[in-house]
Amino acid sequence: MKIRTIIAVAALGLSVTTALAQDSLSEEQQRALNARQAHMGLYGFYLTPLGQMAQDRIPYDAAIASAAANNLAAMAAIDQAAFWVDGTDSSVEGSRARAEIWTDAAGYAQVQQGMVEATAALALVAGDGIDALKGAFGPVGQSCGACHQTYRAPAN
Amino acid sequence: MARWPWIAGLAVLAIGAGWFVTRPAPLPATALDGITPDAARGAVTFAAAGCASCHSAADGPREVLAGGRAFVTDYGTFHAPNISSDPVQGVGGWSDLELASAILRGVSPDGAHYYPAFPYTSYVKADVQDVADLIAHLRTLPASDIPSLPHDLRFPYNIRAGLGVWKALYLRDDWVADAPTPELERGRTLVEALGHCAECHTPRDALGGLDRSAWMQGAPNPSGDGRIPAITPAALDWSVQDIAAYLESGFTPEFDSAGGSMADVIHGTALLSDEDRLAIAAYLKALP
Ligand code: HEC
Ligand code: HEC
Ligand code: HEC
Repeated sequence: MKIRTIIAVAALGLSVTTALAQDSLSEEQQRALNARQAHMGLYGFYLTPLGQMAQDRIPYDAAIASAAANNLAAMAAIDQAAFWVDGTDSSVEGSRARAEIWTDAAGYAQVQQGMVEATAALALVAGDGIDALKGAFGPVGQSCGACHQTYRAPAN
Repeated sequence: MARWPWIAGLAVLAIGAGWFVTRPAPLPATALDGITPDAARGAVTFAAAGCASCHSAADGPREVLAGGRAFVTDYGTFHAPNISSDPVQGVGGWSDLELASAILRGVSPDGAHYYPAFPYTSYVKADVQDVADLIAHLRTLPASDIPSLPHDLRFPYNIRAGLGVWKALYLRDDWVADAPTPELERGRTLVEALGHCAECHTPRDALGGLDRSAWMQGAPNPSGDGRIPAITPAALDWSVQDIAAYLESGFTPEFDSAGGSMADVIHGTALLSDEDRLAIAAYLKALP
């Protein structure tokens, strides 16, 4: 009796999960969505000490600045093609990725390349003093904004 | 579903009013008397007013106001016209008074109403001196001979006369917030008049007028996806410095970077003085 109940509950659970999965994203889609948002979150993480120094909110520290800028540049440079699984644009719950990422892949690649170049330039000079950091920080900020302006929707 | 709902509202009103035409009311002929425009000040006003966000080509330099950006709605597509200094395709041949009437009253030189896709609905609150300065700056910008694209609106939304009724109801030049200090007063001019922040951040009522009782409390995104966030103190716990830094660099306190149509707004606010950005922030922090 007990075992039957357990089996019944398990079967019910299974069918509920399947129904949910059909309604929302596949596991592959959900993983890609989570991964790219985590990747973006790390951009913000490494950018924070650099931005706080550039905005004179914390004192300049060459070691912290270089380490953060190197990490940011490395993250920008890795291949990100696997993030953009079909069916995960901003029309699905939780995604802010505009459909233009898929329909205008060349334009997207171009703004992505802009970020690769801006972060590489920052990594080269971030340890050379606050003025060097400030000079190279502006273009990095613009490279984030240029992509978000066209390819990221406001949150829901 | 109903994006840009004012346009549905105007159709209803136009039909309801039996196509009664409310006459366009331009500025009086003497409106600019005694005013000496200052083009240098006008450059700041121009940046604050975000004219380039709509009137520059999406892929062109921001100082060339060749027009062409499309605003897709459920009722058809609006195209921002060429307002460069070209005398034929742009507005180089218009008088200062004609330009001021367009910006402050939403009335064209030949006496037609403009659609509120052109946010004269906010500029109506601007100071005549500020607008005269802005016009002087406009005339220093390059000419472009690219012809304006016609709007592509479906009947009955393409009837401008219906706008007269809509304007009679919604074109208001009284302020929403109190401004007891000079800083708040400056902030109010920048937010309510020039920056037309409410056009995006305030929801609209059924006929498409701004809902003043929900001032800056967030709204559906007119261009479709996502929501324009609320920026009242209850919704946004950023400090005055955080808000000012966002308007300068586009970075939130967590160093996320502004996107969507706000990125365009920040191209303008980045050119303001620190005092002006702090005044905007002070205004937002003083909202209920
Ligand atoms: C080439 C385009 C591109 C560039 C460059 C870019 N982003 Fe993004 N960013 C996106 C897209 C697209 C999203 C939305 C992803 C989604 O929701 O699926 C996003 C989302 C984010 C988010 C929200 C993540 C979440 O948890 O939902 C943050 C934070 C962010 N980006 C920070 C940055 C920072 C900081 C930079 C610059 C250092 C940057 N991004 C550069 C495209 C870009
Ligand atoms: C054309 C529409 C538009 C106008 C005009 C506009 N905004 Fe925004 N605003 C947005 C959008 C869209 C966002 C969300 C940005 C994003 O997704 O990164 C936003 C975000 C913001 C935020 C950040 C809120 C948050 O929670 O992240 C602030 C602050 C803000 N706007 C202030 C202003 C001020 C001040 C003005 C007037 C000077 C203004 N906005 C005018 C569309 C607009
Ligand atoms: C939100 C987008 C937007 C902004 C911001 C905006 N405009 Fe426009 N503007 C438009 C649209 C759309 C029209 C067409 C309106 C119509 O045809 O009824 C227009 C029309 C005009 C016209 C009439 C042109 C003609 O050929 O009849 C002038 C002049 C003008 N704008 C000047 C300005 C100035 C100056 C600013 C800044 C103070 C500005 N606009 C800001 C969208 C905008």
